[in-house]
Amino acid sequence: MRFDSIRIDHRAIFEMVDSRSSVLDLGCGSGDLLYLLIKEKQVRGQGIDIDEEAIYRSVEKGLNALHGDIDSGLSEYRDGSFDYVILNQSLQQVRHLETVLRDALRVGRKVIVGFPNFAYYKARLQLFMGGRAPVTPSLPYTWHESPNVHFFSIRDFLGYCRSQGIRVERALYLGNNRRVAVFPNLLATSAVILISR
Amino acid sequence: MEKKGVLKAGAGSMETVKTQYFTFGDLTTGGLVLDSGEKISPVTIAYETYGALNSEKSNAVLILHALSGDAHAAGSHALGKPPGWWDAMIGPGKAFDTEKYFVICSNVLGGCGGSTGPSSINPKTNRAYALDFPLITIHDMTRCQKKLIEHLGIEKLVSVAGGSMGGMQVLSWLAMYPSSIKSAIPIATSMKHSPQQIAFNEVGRQAIISDPHWKSGDYYGSALPAKGLAVARMIGHITYMSDTSMNEKFGRQKKNTAEPFKFTSDFEVEGYLRYRGDNFVKRFDANSYLYITKAMDNFDLLEGKDPEGLFKGTDAKVLVIAFKSDWLYPAYQSKDIVKACKRAGVQVSYCEINSTYGHDAFLLETEEETRLISHFLKKAFYDYEVTGRYEV
Repeated sequence: MRFDSIRIDHRAIFEMVDSRSSVLDLGCGSGDLLYLLIKEKQVRGQGIDIDEEAIYRSVEKGLNALHGDIDSGLSEYRDGSFDYVILNQSLQQVRHLETVLRDALRVGRKVIVGFPNFAYYKARLQLFMGGRAPVTPSLPYTWHESPNVHFFSIRDFLGYCRSQGIRVERALYLGNNRRVAVFPNLLATSAVILISR
Repeated sequence: MEKKGVLKAGAGSMETVKTQYFTFGDLTTGGLVLDSGEKISPVTIAYETYGALNSEKSNAVLILHALSGDAHAAGSHALGKPPGWWDAMIGPGKAFDTEKYFVICSNVLGGCGGSTGPSSINPKTNRAYALDFPLITIHDMTRCQKKLIEHLGIEKLVSVAGGSMGGMQVLSWLAMYPSSIKSAIPIATSMKHSPQQIAFNEVGRQAIISDPHWKSGDYYGSALPAKGLAVARMIGHITYMSDTSMNEKFGRQKKNTAEPFKFTSDFEVEGYLRYRGDNFVKRFDANSYLYITKAMDNFDLLEGKDPEGLFKGTDAKVLVIAFKSDWLYPAYQSKDIVKACKRAGVQVSYCEINSTYGHDAFLLETEEETRLISHFLKKAFYDYEVTGRYEV
């Protein structure tokens, strides 16, 4: 398998995680990201996912995976239990976003958040010109089947961090299988952001 | 030690298996000191093994049985005889793959499947112990298993696994002998019984005790407290099923009966419970039922202590399994185990399997359990470092 063939958001997160660190992946899915990190960076990994099938797939990969929701999954850990807490494509789906983010920053020394950019220009066009809720590569769901409950842009998230005194250590902006360097809030479909208290 | 060959032909079955016996703690070595402070001497433990122990003695897995189980977990004692209680899980190519692992299952202390229990002969009186048998605990059961493992020359087990009371013994192993296990699989179990669980056990015990044939436990050689034990078992079976599984299995179906009234067992479910109760009496000792249910009720792994102190320092990996419709050992009790592991920094996996079978699911949902356990065991056994690096 070539590194290029790995999902671009996984590659971005991979760059941010130090070797031999400990990682909690909230919403680990089939465990592909954790598997990559364990294999290539020898991290000590723990996954959590609400979906039963995701747990089977993760355990099949030899991962430690917990069946449950993110909220209660986090609160049971002690402060600073992990070097990194990863919330990739899951923060926009949790009901109590602020509580989860605060708890993630408590349990992890650093937190990596990956989320779809609601202000991507095609989303703006669909909303403004078409008058319809946007459907984009990073927001693939129609309005009636979307699991997302929060819709925010890169600028929203960075602004929120500023207002809460959360330090943004690094941000990578992603387009369709490439990095976006300029006007990320307009041109990036999603972002991966490393934050700490 | 006798090695059991395995049939190479296709999925599943083993050639006939045999129960073996291990006796320790005779008067010269002083016997087994129990949690109660009392001593038993000697102690015999009945056990079976499946598969072959490798030369490093590093491929052994210990299976722990539930309240009414015994050492006969897999295979058949003779052609045409019923298979062991977890046969779907143990055998060539199964979750506990006997082509890879040496699988051991022993009957618990206090049981009646060949291990020392209240129906055994007390060497001091040459009569059955009956109520002279000391109170035993889950930890006492585990102590006997540790002796057996040492007797077999095994220093470290790949895993200890079991459901219900078997899961309590798994937790006991994790607390008492963490350095002797590479992994632990507690299924549909709890760190302690809730009042509801104690209550059901107490009704079962009262059914036995109020049977006139029980005679303060001194019934050996005369009529057995069969009715009491059968009723205890009937209550048990209700708690092992779920509303849904009973509906699916029996509905309101009636049996054909000549007397349509007068409290005969009209409904299928009534006939089923009576059948289960009557059958149980043939293979289980009423006093064992009393002692073992009491051991379960008294079990309290943490005893108010912080889980950190109990589990800390173990490098054993833990796989906790619960079932959605299990109302006797509800999933929250398994989540409490997970929580304790999390706080102690133990590597843990947890799955709540979507099943309608109730508590019985740990014996029935073998496909899902196999998916989890086979891979989990492989990881514990080989501790495999994944090979093949990405070309960056």
